[in-house]
Amino acid sequence: MSALAHVPTSAGKPAPPPVRRGRNRLLPYLLLLPGAAWLLVFFALPLVQLASASLYDPAGSLSTGYAMTWAFSNYPDALQAYWPQFSRSFLYSAIALVLALLMGYPLAYAIAQKAGRWKNLLLVAVVAPMFTSFLVRTLAWKTILSDNGALVGLLRDVHLLGPDGRLLATPIAVVLGLTYNFLPFLVLPLYASLERLDPRLLEAASDLYASPLRAFAKVTLPLSMPGLIAGTLLFFIPATGDYINAELLGTPNEYMIGNVIDSAFLVRLDYPQGAALSFLLMAAILAIVFVYLRRAGTEEVL
Amino acid sequence: MKVRRWLADRWVMGVALLVLGYLTLPIMVVAGLSFNRPSSRLSYDFNEFTLDNWKQPCATSDMCDAVVRSMQIGLIATVASTILGTLMAFALVRHSFRGRSGLNGLIFLPMATPELVMGTSLLALFVAAGVPQGFWTIVIAHVMFCMSFVVVTVKARLSGMDRRLEEAAMDLYASEWQTFRRITLPLVLPGIVAAALLAFSLSFDDFIITNFNAGTTVTFPMYVWGASQRGIPPQVNVIGTAMFVIALLLVGATSLRGRRARRAALAVVATPAGKP
Repeated sequence: MSALAHVPTSAGKPAPPPVRRGRNRLLPYLLLLPGAAWLLVFFALPLVQLASASLYDPAGSLSTGYAMTWAFSNYPDALQAYWPQFSRSFLYSAIALVLALLMGYPLAYAIAQKAGRWKNLLLVAVVAPMFTSFLVRTLAWKTILSDNGALVGLLRDVHLLGPDGRLLATPIAVVLGLTYNFLPFLVLPLYASLERLDPRLLEAASDLYASPLRAFAKVTLPLSMPGLIAGTLLFFIPATGDYINAELLGTPNEYMIGNVIDSAFLVRLDYPQGAALSFLLMAAILAIVFVYLRRAGTEEVL
Repeated sequence: MKVRRWLADRWVMGVALLVLGYLTLPIMVVAGLSFNRPSSRLSYDFNEFTLDNWKQPCATSDMCDAVVRSMQIGLIATVASTILGTLMAFALVRHSFRGRSGLNGLIFLPMATPELVMGTSLLALFVAAGVPQGFWTIVIAHVMFCMSFVVVTVKARLSGMDRRLEEAAMDLYASEWQTFRRITLPLVLPGIVAAALLAFSLSFDDFIITNFNAGTTVTFPMYVWGASQRGIPPQVNVIGTAMFVIALLLVGATSLRGRRARRAALAVVATPAGKP
């Protein structure tokens, strides 16, 4: 660092930005062009295509081709046919979100404020599940929740489950799987917010006779709001669109909208319906996100 | 008061450790199952200890083909998305141009859109354009969704960088290229490496988007998905465990290298300034 002390002679006063020559004015556009074009062609354009596919004539098929008939009725039809799965997606991910908040907040708080020199190690432990395959991890829950497993045995012994009670292939398994799989996405932004929380503020609150609960409500919670908002969105969006947990840990009775969309596109080959359901899912998520951000009163998160 | 706060501290830590247990339990189960000889193809329960799965990870050759294919796709998608994303990050941090907010939206949206929607919409596009689905459509999809994460990661590193180091190099008569090569690049490199690792892990592990755009091509996650209906070979857990160990080692190595690269770059700046 001592050698760097020579530097500020030129940088100390705000140096004028280097003069840009003619070719440099084009440079940013050249840097952006390939990436932006890729995103336009393979992200934005497909959304347009999906929107138009959702309005195709439902009488068509992949082999005979689809006619564009502006069939807006695809939307109410699809929703009517698959309302249970549609509402279940939001119900399951909402319950999983509540569970994740109850688990994730103490975890993020403990790592940010209480972990001391163990901080980095604990952070790695939070991300570690993501080091291995999502599907393999989810399948591991099949072993943990298995009817012959230790957990079910224990719950049966203490009569929390009946003698034939199961965990696997129930809504509980699917919600636990969703909570587990997306918890790190909630914890990391929350941690980032809580890490910046000055512990002296909490001391000041308690000096001023605030109970720990009140100090939490008045100091910790408001200051962690940006992380909390970002984390809940990062949890909620993928959890609602997920169908791996419902497929691997549940039964068709627990199917979410993703299972239906998957079969519409890949098994039943009913593109208009699949596209309409995809669009409905995106619209519903966007609407929830928008209302939530307005309520939370923060726009800087995005 | 002191006793209560002591309790409060320990209470939070206690809950945190329980939650960490919940997060790590499945990995330990995967590691354990990699040494298991299942009683039947469809059984997920522990049966008896064996080293066979590790001795013959490719006993099911389909699976190893799928792993190799996932690695090929991951490598191509990583290189392409890292290059395109890094260029965009440089433009966003270092240059002013028109349409910045629109571009920010275009980069942010793929991260906020459910994978399901991206997967189905790409499928709709490929079908409408008559593009047969397979290896390359998977690559195209992966480059698309990895790019935003690369931009965000490299951008964070670039905007946290001390511009004075570059100004110092220019003051010391380094050309623009020399400055970029010897100051900017070494300083940004840890960000680019982190972005590449992130892109590879996203690509290697992606199921939903791949599933809609794979045609008959089988990647490792798709193999696991298909096998979960027919019965999972225990070697899947060997791959799962190996992935975990490799990722853990890589994270350790890159955090060390990041520190070293920064020190090296500082030394480059410091050396000419130190000589009068």
